[in-house]
Amino acid sequence: MFKKFTHEKIETNAGWLIVLTMFAISVGGLVEIAPLFLLDDTIEKVDGVRPYSPLEQRGRDIYIREGCYTCHSQMIRPFRDEQLRYGHYSLAAESKYDHPFQWGSKRTGPDLARVGGKYSNEWHTQHLIQPKSVVPESVMPNYPWLMSPLDASDVADRMRALRTTGVPYSLTQAEFEKNVKQFGEDHARMFHIPNAQTNLVSQAQAGNYDGDNTSVSEMDALVAYLQVLGTMVDFSKIKPEDLVKFR
Amino acid sequence: MAENTVQTTGHTWDETLQEYNNPLPNWWIYGLYVTIAFAIVYWVIYPSWPVGKDHLRGIGTVTYTNSAGQPETNGWNTRAKLLKEMQDGDARQKPYFDKIAAMPVSQVVKDPELNSFVLSAGKALFSENCAACHQAGGQGKVGLYPNLADDDWNYGGSVAEIEATLVGGRRGYMPAFGEALEKSQIEAISSYVLGLSGHAVDKVKAAEGNALFHSNTGACYYCHGADAKGRKEFGAPNLTDKVWQWANVPAAADMNGKIAAVRNVVTAGLNKGVMPAWGGENARLNPGQIKLLSIYVHQLGGGK
Repeated sequence: MFKKFTHEKIETNAGWLIVLTMFAISVGGLVEIAPLFLLDDTIEKVDGVRPYSPLEQRGRDIYIREGCYTCHSQMIRPFRDEQLRYGHYSLAAESKYDHPFQWGSKRTGPDLARVGGKYSNEWHTQHLIQPKSVVPESVMPNYPWLMSPLDASDVADRMRALRTTGVPYSLTQAEFEKNVKQFGEDHARMFHIPNAQTNLVSQAQAGNYDGDNTSVSEMDALVAYLQVLGTMVDFSKIKPEDLVKFR
Repeated sequence: MAENTVQTTGHTWDETLQEYNNPLPNWWIYGLYVTIAFAIVYWVIYPSWPVGKDHLRGIGTVTYTNSAGQPETNGWNTRAKLLKEMQDGDARQKPYFDKIAAMPVSQVVKDPELNSFVLSAGKALFSENCAACHQAGGQGKVGLYPNLADDDWNYGGSVAEIEATLVGGRRGYMPAFGEALEKSQIEAISSYVLGLSGHAVDKVKAAEGNALFHSNTGACYYCHGADAKGRKEFGAPNLTDKVWQWANVPAAADMNGKIAAVRNVVTAGLNKGVMPAWGGENARLNPGQIKLLSIYVHQLGGGK
């Protein structure tokens, strides 16, 4: 049987070549991707992870628009040197509402997975306008245009789009009630799509992230996003060995 | 290679074009078999194939200390390995941190071994966590972040006070006087404040400013103190020295510029000067690291 099934036979028969090539390629996909949807321990069961508020979500869009991910990763790997510098290693659960996730693969700048709370809002604003003014050795470009007004008119549509990917932003009262149970009332209000624009403005006004409360700028949104990165999970309430068992 | 000794694929394109059908070299084909054998050994030792809702766990193990303080053994995985490495690393540094925690600071700095540990570990911690604002040498930025290398401290410069600043963070605040006071009054206060640090100012204006500073109209004395030397419980800086944190007086070319620098701060107030908290809930640094860093900062130049 094998005598007949030779290399030559495959190479000279387009049908066999297509079928066997597809088989060889799909093995890689099946082995590497399919199990993630089946395994029980892919996403850790931790408290605190929530969707982004409208302002944070717009900040995330700006993060993607400006290509921050080309130089900054958001993935602290489980190595000692990384944990000492950046903090606790990233969990799969922490990016479960990220579509697409911002893990990145290039670190010209430092990892940002846990940058939230590390610097003050004014530092971020100063640094984004002109990085070299606070970090002389930095090669990061200036982003002065972030101080321009934020276009918040389409934030509800953006949330509706994310809703279709599985982010639990609420449209109906029933969905809102469900979010209240899962995330608490304050957060649930922020995730209610009909109020998205009002919520965005009120968070920007209350936070005053860019130090200028006369208007909502793109800087407000981006800094709000950066300040929440990696802060949702309270690791003091998690036993480290429980996460070990999750792999 | 002679034309007739090598087998061809049997195809002929464009009348004469043929392709040799050479066998793979032996070193290559045996290399392939070796990697297959290696993979099988690897699958046995390390976590590998998914099986149902679980996966093969491998036979490698890692033993670490669990949060109850008991040794615990888990199948080898990167998280278990990391936990063990973190614990081993902490254990190597523990004798130093224990000594530093137990000793008064004055003795820590006298012990050459301990002090060199403070300096090297402190430099790494400072570079990663503090230098973004306070700059590599702690020199700060006028108008943005305080200088840590001088002996002028907003919130106190003892090790204990530096430690408190690190643990809880700080939030600088000065009210805006632009609406409460007349322009001429702010001008007078600015002249008085500059006169405190030895600048040649209009004596009449300064006298008016002096009165306002200590009156309940200006009420500057409430935070900056009757002697204008600052009150560290509010983070209100000393105004009688030549160190300027918010108003960039030294950079101004002439007296008008210097007065304008101070006037702007008094008019608009300050709602910045936020130092993040490094201790407490969800702490970025543990108490040992914070004490070490406090001693490091204390030694940068002007600890009290």
